[in-house]
Amino acid sequence: MGFRSLRVFQARALTAQTAETDAIRFLVGTQSLKFDNQIHIIDFDDENNMINKSVLLHDAGEMWHISGSPADKAVLTTCYSKTSESRVLTCAAVWRMPPEWESGSHESPDDSSNNPQTLELLCHLDNTTHGSVACVLWEPLGDGKRVISLAENHVLLWDLQESSTKATISSTATLEGKGQLKFTAGKWSPHHNSTQLATANDTAIRGWDLRSMSQIYCIENAHGQLVRDLDFNPNKQYYLASCGDDCKVKFWDVRHINEPVKCLEEHSHWVWSVRYNHSHDQLLLTGSSDSRVILSNMVSISSEPFGHLVDDDDLSDNEESQQEDKGKEPLQDSIIATYEEHEDSVYAVEWSAADPWLFASLSYDGRLVINRVPRALKYHILL
Amino acid sequence: MSSATTPPDSDPSGRRRVHSMLKLYYGLNEEGTAAEQAESLDPCDINGPHFDPEVYLNKLRKECSLGELMDHESCMVKQIRSLDSDMQTLVYENYNKFISATDTIRKMKNDFKKMEDEMDCLSANMAAITEFSARISGTLQDQHAQITKLSGVHTLLRKLQFLFELPARLNKCLELQAYAQAVSAHRRARCVLQQYSHMPSFRGIQDDCHVIMEQLAQQLRQKFRDGGSSAKDLSECVELLLQLDEPAEELCDKFLSHAQSRLEADLQGLEAELKDSAVTDTGRGSVQKTSPGSNPVSPSSSSVSNPFLSPTAGTDILEFIDRGCNEFVSSLCLVIASYQELFINRPQEGELASKNIPEMANGKLHVFVDTLAARYFSLVERRIQEEKGVGDNSLLVRALDRFHRRLQAITKLLPGSAVPSHGTEIVVRAARERIKQYLSALQTFYHDSLTDVRQALAAPRLAVGGASASGGGVTSKDATPSLPELLTSLSNFILNQLKSVLASVHLFTAKDITFSNKPYFKGEFCSQGVREGLVVSFIKFICQSSRQYCESAGDRGGSTPPALLLLLSRLCLDYETSTISYILTLTDEQFLVQHHTPVTPVTALCAEAREAAQKLLNHYVKVQGLIISQMLRKSVETRDWVNTIEPRNVRAVMKRVVEDTTSIDVQVGLLYEEGVRKAHSSDSSKRTFSVYSSSRQQIRYAPSYTPSAPMDTNLLSNIHKLFSERIDIFSPVEFNKVSVLTGIIKISLKTFLECVRLRTFGRYGLQQIQVDCHYLQMYLWRFVSDENLVHFLLDEIVGSAAHRCLDPSPMEQSVIEVICERG
Repeated sequence: MGFRSLRVFQARALTAQTAETDAIRFLVGTQSLKFDNQIHIIDFDDENNMINKSVLLHDAGEMWHISGSPADKAVLTTCYSKTSESRVLTCAAVWRMPPEWESGSHESPDDSSNNPQTLELLCHLDNTTHGSVACVLWEPLGDGKRVISLAENHVLLWDLQESSTKATISSTATLEGKGQLKFTAGKWSPHHNSTQLATANDTAIRGWDLRSMSQIYCIENAHGQLVRDLDFNPNKQYYLASCGDDCKVKFWDVRHINEPVKCLEEHSHWVWSVRYNHSHDQLLLTGSSDSRVILSNMVSISSEPFGHLVDDDDLSDNEESQQEDKGKEPLQDSIIATYEEHEDSVYAVEWSAADPWLFASLSYDGRLVINRVPRALKYHILL
Repeated sequence: MSSATTPPDSDPSGRRRVHSMLKLYYGLNEEGTAAEQAESLDPCDINGPHFDPEVYLNKLRKECSLGELMDHESCMVKQIRSLDSDMQTLVYENYNKFISATDTIRKMKNDFKKMEDEMDCLSANMAAITEFSARISGTLQDQHAQITKLSGVHTLLRKLQFLFELPARLNKCLELQAYAQAVSAHRRARCVLQQYSHMPSFRGIQDDCHVIMEQLAQQLRQKFRDGGSSAKDLSECVELLLQLDEPAEELCDKFLSHAQSRLEADLQGLEAELKDSAVTDTGRGSVQKTSPGSNPVSPSSSSVSNPFLSPTAGTDILEFIDRGCNEFVSSLCLVIASYQELFINRPQEGELASKNIPEMANGKLHVFVDTLAARYFSLVERRIQEEKGVGDNSLLVRALDRFHRRLQAITKLLPGSAVPSHGTEIVVRAARERIKQYLSALQTFYHDSLTDVRQALAAPRLAVGGASASGGGVTSKDATPSLPELLTSLSNFILNQLKSVLASVHLFTAKDITFSNKPYFKGEFCSQGVREGLVVSFIKFICQSSRQYCESAGDRGGSTPPALLLLLSRLCLDYETSTISYILTLTDEQFLVQHHTPVTPVTALCAEAREAAQKLLNHYVKVQGLIISQMLRKSVETRDWVNTIEPRNVRAVMKRVVEDTTSIDVQVGLLYEEGVRKAHSSDSSKRTFSVYSSSRQQIRYAPSYTPSAPMDTNLLSNIHKLFSERIDIFSPVEFNKVSVLTGIIKISLKTFLECVRLRTFGRYGLQQIQVDCHYLQMYLWRFVSDENLVHFLLDEIVGSAAHRCLDPSPMEQSVIEVICERG
């Protein structure tokens, strides 16, 4: 089990480098109003159990969200706040990491301050007319040409052209309703040819069809309080996990939105982040402001309940096979581990893009912890 | 002596024995002689046979003195004299006897001669008589034979006459309805007629008789069928029919079918009543439904005059059962009795015995009784099922008792019948059903009282201050009752209702109820039915429904008023501490429950109640925390913290938070004890609390504003966190006020913290937060168990605000204090 922490600034933004499939690499964006903000590139050397950190300067402002391109590992988007005329606006931009960062700076974490390299701005996702951006989503499994930004109550679909140096809005959707509606989180579904999007605002979860830019479902009161994060099950196209301020993690089948499929209540404060493992969707990671990270094993609603694929459309078959296998493998939904290394609220958790058994969690005080799925469970799932 | 077996003549000793016996008779003692013989050798023995006077004299002369001799001589003389006189007497006596014997013999000789003459005369006479007699019998011989023949003919003729007269006689009997005579007459003639039926004349008679008897049987059957006749008549009828070779089976069937039609009528009457009551019940609606229980108005009198009272006579279950008992059951008993009289208990005579009638008849009777009873039972059950109102149980119990009691009569009449046990089963079912009804009634009652409580709470938003001010207990009618009052009244309501239900159910086991000593009512009814099915289920229901308040309301953010949650939590806790054990003890005592079957232990119930109480209280904390959180969240989210003006006073929302917390404090204090808190410093409210003025804070935050060492501050704050305990925000609370309030404040402040971290502050924004936090510090510390907790969270808030501040220049502590004191 790897446990590596390193001090950065206060931070909320964490992403795995999505396009990188060899190295275990995470990107952390710092949040500071006083200093130049940085993007820390954390490389984890699995063999030597070592952490290497590189720093890139992000001088546009403090980062609230960061997301790596699925196609080009050097391209990423950030949402950062910009203060102008005593107004705080959260903007979004596409950046490219300078090609020489890898060779240039393999320093010890302590003297990270000496002249780090700067990110190269590719383009702004201009949002002056739409307001603050909550997050930017890359088209999953796409070619890095399409992104969605959620700005206040607008969904903006952007086309990136000329090697991402130019972004144009291809379509938009607006959430109308009384009161000041504001998206808090979103997720681009990897299923249905990437034509669906799920967003969260207040206590509701909404699904959108990106072809018509219209709402396809809405789970009102999905959580008792604010919905903080969403994630799609990578293997079951209708399954969705959500978390929120009611300390709960809920699992939804978007075809039956009246009741959650399952509900977990393990955290003792708001749950800020929920992530399915990219390959083994029974593994679920949640981070909460009770400073805990919980790794759960949701066998009962997984696509591969007992190590073999079952058509997710046929639940009854699924159950039957469960029953058949029960004698052999009495695995239950369970918490695999609770990680308590953090001392402040954990706002982000991510699985590594390269190694499916590795994940990172980031707490507000800037501590990044990298952990592995327990070996016993790993073999249990694999064998 | 072996001589007894040997012939006396052959044995000399035997002869000798005869001798000796004769000797004995004559006063001669053989033994004596024998003895004398032993001595008699002595010649001096004067009595011995060998006595020698010479020797004797010589001996005397030699041995004795003169005196002695003289004496001897005189003695001798005396003896000789007495012997002489004795001899003389004997001679006289024997002489007289001899004389008289001679006389007698002579007289006998004379008498015998006379007798001989008479005997001769007699024998002559007898010979004469014999001769005469022989002569007479010879002459009478012929006439005697003739007479015998004549008398035989006479009898035959008499019989024939009887036969010829039979049809007429039978007809006459028929006319006079003297069936018994007719049947006996016919019986006598039957076999003769049968025997001689080949002769045409007899055949005619037989046919006539047959016709007549047929007619008679017809009449008997008719009479039997009419059934109006008395039991005695009927039995006679049956007997006669049996004698007429009527098949007993058919008779049984007829009898039973006849009885059945009458009983059917009874049953139909009952059924009609049932239908009527059903129709009227639905017609009258649910309000009136309970009326049979509550107004015991004699229904027959009220039927027409009062349309609001039950219009039909039979809606009352007791009346219904009564009618069933009186009409159906009693006539069934009558039928059984007379049937048994007729077919089963009759003395068996002659050929009838061989047919094994009783067995067959008994079988038929059982089937008959079972079918009818089954129908009756189904009616009774339907009626019992209609008995839904739980108002008055005594009526039902009395009805069931009567029902059961009357069925005992059948037991006596028909020992092997399954009917009474079926009846008992019905009673048992009814009792079970009743328990279920009571349970659901209790549940509805509980819900209703909760609704009442809810309304009382909702009415003019429970003025906690007012309630505590008028807490002297004087409650006028329109004053809102305070929480403790509501709690006591609620728990009293429930307890009283439970007690009254228990009392009602207890009627089932009253001593004067016949079925109360059945094993079911002794054992299972008490333990499984009342204790488990009613009391335990109800308690479980309370816990469960309380838990539901937590779950259903959880997602929607509290549709249940928090005060109700608090109240229920206290109720469950009270149940855990005392009420449950009290109720169960009460039940066990009242019903003398003997736990044959495993029952839910008190501890399990208590645990459940405690769990429910805990859940409710946790939920209360969550809901209240959420309400305050929402206020704080809104206040942070909606404000533009960058462009705010310099703080002049505490924001209204903070005052509202403190007010609400205070009122929650009062509310909780009404129901829960104070609880323990850690000792706090002498003047907590004055605790300096600011980014700069606190020395610890200074270390912690001051360097963070110099760009040189951002790592250090984090390190320090982390070291600080290492030593402070991790705070679980939504953690379970204890059953006391301080713990509850701590929970609520924790939730609220953590929300505040998280919201602050999401915003960006200007200079005055930070200062405003400072002011707000100081204000909260001044008032909140007193509510929590550990004031350091409040300090820590508020530190975090201010620290986070400072981090999120574009221009972090904090306000002077003194200014903050002035602002806060100004209010």
